[in-house]
Amino acid sequence: MNLTVDVQEQKDKSIVLLAGEIDAYTAPKLKETLLSLTEKEGNKVEVNLEQVNYMDSTGLGVFVSGLKSTKENNSELKLVQLQDRVYRLFEITGLIDVIDVDKTVQGGY
Amino acid sequence: MDALKLDLSHYRQLLKQYIDTQDESALYEAEQISKRSIQHNISLEEIINTHINALEGIYPDLPENIQHSMSFLLEVMISYGLALQEFQDLREAQLEIKSEISVAARMQNTLLSTVKPDVDGFDIGVVSVPANQMNGDYHHFIHHADGTVGITVADVIGKGIPAALCMSMIKYAMESFPSEHKNPSEILESLNRVVERNVDPSMFITMFYALFNPAASTISYSSAGHEPGFYYHAADDTFEEIRAKGVVLGVTDTAQYRQYEREIHAGDMIILLTDGVTECRQGDRFIESEEVLEVIKSFSHLPAQELVESVYRHFEKLQDFHLRDDFTLIIIKKDV
Repeated sequence: MNLTVDVQEQKDKSIVLLAGEIDAYTAPKLKETLLSLTEKEGNKVEVNLEQVNYMDSTGLGVFVSGLKSTKENNSELKLVQLQDRVYRLFEITGLIDVIDVDKTVQGGY
Repeated sequence: MDALKLDLSHYRQLLKQYIDTQDESALYEAEQISKRSIQHNISLEEIINTHINALEGIYPDLPENIQHSMSFLLEVMISYGLALQEFQDLREAQLEIKSEISVAARMQNTLLSTVKPDVDGFDIGVVSVPANQMNGDYHHFIHHADGTVGITVADVIGKGIPAALCMSMIKYAMESFPSEHKNPSEILESLNRVVERNVDPSMFITMFYALFNPAASTISYSSAGHEPGFYYHAADDTFEEIRAKGVVLGVTDTAQYRQYEREIHAGDMIILLTDGVTECRQGDRFIESEEVLEVIKSFSHLPAQELVESVYRHFEKLQDFHLRDDFTLIIIKKDV
């Protein structure tokens, strides 16, 4: 049960590369990193979940806080390259209608 | 905390035995003293003092420089002694917290307790097992005067005590809705506003709400992002996912929920659950929902309560099975 969180700053956006599992143990670390990025006024944040093979509902909670923070800070949050199992969670919870989730396409806005 | 005294003469005797013979059995005894000292809260200083006294007892004319070295050792160990004391205090504090949590868990059980309805022509079974002390899953039956029953299954995202507190709020919000207000879509829309206004941004709730009408043998339902349940068709022995669209409670204040309705036929089953059931894992392997359905099917001849309990026990018995999430399963069977 581990998660690595890497942030790559590009000139027009921040890319967060995740690998591992997002659960109650690893979520606090992700939340801290994610919110520090979405709290930057106008920042574009793209989270790549290609290497995330497990996420539980605590992970959804992190992305929901991220979403709320983008509304307060006029920033943007986008999730890309989700594995089927993880995508299903966003689908069931109806969050695909409120969070920008792009299952397949890699890269930019 | 009273520090007990070490038995000086016993210590002296052992020490002498070891100095004379270097016998292993004396070392074994020394280990026992060490364990007992921890059990009885004997301080590190006390042990070193006992050692000094025992040494002086064995060698009355102990060279002065050795005596000084012992005082020096005592001083060096003081911080360790304090750290040990702190560790013991923390351990006690942790026990206190544990017992407070179990009081809270009992209180939660009382606050959120619900009575399984007894309805003619149907058989209902419920099992709800928390992964930790406090259950973040919630299920509730509301018995309406007209014979219909409101059924709620919910999962608070965000675990432990905050989740439990949140659930109590939801229960009381629901009970305060007027009794004519029982349509699943309306109830979820009202609750969504309550949650959106009152709950921490990283917390939200998935909920399946059904209005069950035993007399008409129908069920109408809406879902706020909850794990889909299943409908079992006895006629062709198949399961169908009960899909209902809707976002989780507490994310946007304008959420709307679609309401669905279906008829329940003889021998059919409605299966409601939380993601603790479909996210079961055995070691590193996920248990797929097909497997859960197979297990349900294999026990489906049993009365509903025995059925749900057998399903839970089946997964509990698997090797390396670890309940990572609260597990709630409700099955409503229509009599044949």
